[in-house]
Amino acid sequence: MKRCLIVDDSKVIRMVARKILQELGFETEEAADGQQAVDACKRQMPEAVLLDWNMPVMDGIEFLKTLRAMPGGTGPIVVFCTTENDIKHIQEAIEAGANEYIMKPFDNEIIQSKFSQVGLL
Amino acid sequence: MTPDRFTFISELLRERSGLVLTTEKTYLLESRLTPIARRAEVSDIDALIDLMKVKRDVNLIEEVVDAMTTNESFFFRDIKPFDLFRDHVLPPLLEARASKKSFRIWCAAASSGQEPYSIAMTLLEQKAKLAGWNYEIVGTDISRSILDKAEKGVYSQFEVQRGMPITLLVKYFEQQGETWRIKPEVREKIKFKFFNLLESPASLGKFDVVFCRNVLIYFDQKTKGEVLERIAALMPPDGMLFLGGAETVLGVSNAFKPVPNQRGVYALT
Ligand SMILES: C[S@@+](CC[C@H](N)C(=O)[O-])C[C@H]1O[C@@H](n2cnc3c(N)ncnc32)[C@H](O)[C@@H]1O
Repeated sequence: MKRCLIVDDSKVIRMVARKILQELGFETEEAADGQQAVDACKRQMPEAVLLDWNMPVMDGIEFLKTLRAMPGGTGPIVVFCTTENDIKHIQEAIEAGANEYIMKPFDNEIIQSKFSQVGLL
Repeated sequence: MTPDRFTFISELLRERSGLVLTTEKTYLLESRLTPIARRAEVSDIDALIDLMKVKRDVNLIEEVVDAMTTNESFFFRDIKPFDLFRDHVLPPLLEARASKKSFRIWCAAASSGQEPYSIAMTLLEQKAKLAGWNYEIVGTDISRSILDKAEKGVYSQFEVQRGMPITLLVKYFEQQGETWRIKPEVREKIKFKFFNLLESPASLGKFDVVFCRNVLIYFDQKTKGEVLERIAALMPPDGMLFLGGAETVLGVSNAFKPVPNQRGVYALT
């Protein structure tokens, strides 16, 4: 079973995402900010990361840069999932190594479609 | 709804657009025709149908036919057909047209434009191979209101996230507030036209590749067959046809045969 790390400071969003991802057959793990996500990746690299942008302690883009510099950190497929919905942010994310980008609000159809595009489904 | 009213409206729809409406779909009539009844200033859809029975108003008929079309579409719908187009249909086509350096594609149920724009983006992504080539995509539909939307090429955040890779979104769309507009370089590859598949498409010209996806499902067997025969007549011998995932030529028309291992792709017989 593929593992997906859900990184979001909102408990509600983590719960919604967890339900959708479990339905799609993922094992899920959660982190409430970028630092917790880094720690989780140090323990075990997930196959996929669903990543919020604005979070306390360490934000999504900083986490992504840190992850990509970690040993084995180019492996996980990272899908941003954020309310930041302007081209500038999207481009910055792609440049930092994001594989896909979801603009909130999202639903299971969008997650499914984006995850299958990047070959996770 | 009384049976004679249902018979009248369903026969009108079948005759005008090929749509087969079964009695279980009466609710569709209710939801889609009620706004038209209101605009026509009659009390409800029964009254609207009675009005149509006594007065043959072509604009009203067109409006009703338009309202009864189902226009659901996504960018890169089902993904695979667009990969097959790029990897298996386009290369032999380019080889065969190498001296002419031009080809034409028909998107025969273009709806809100996602399909022709997906084809155009697929071709633009092959820019290097297509340098010096001329190609045209014609997108047609029976619904004028949906063609308006296709021509504008403006989509909601929700629409652009269903099926389209983010890299293509940032490359080929401009953001306008909450919406995304297709860039002129993509838009200009496509000619949108009103066209009813029940009519002869001869005036549209010849097409090397035809996408006729997710529209035959609404027609009866005989109509499906006739539409396919007319499409076949517009194609050169090496022409290729794409149908939707729930559609086939088998048992419908002998003009086409499925291409082995390429789901949804059909060649002339
Ligand atoms: C479900 S959409 C399919 C859109 C697109 N091809 C796709 O696969 O996503 C079907 C379209 O067929 C159009 N249509 C229905 N009957 C038609 C007819 N007789 N002639 C031309 N278009 C028709 C409808 O207006 C609608 O936009």
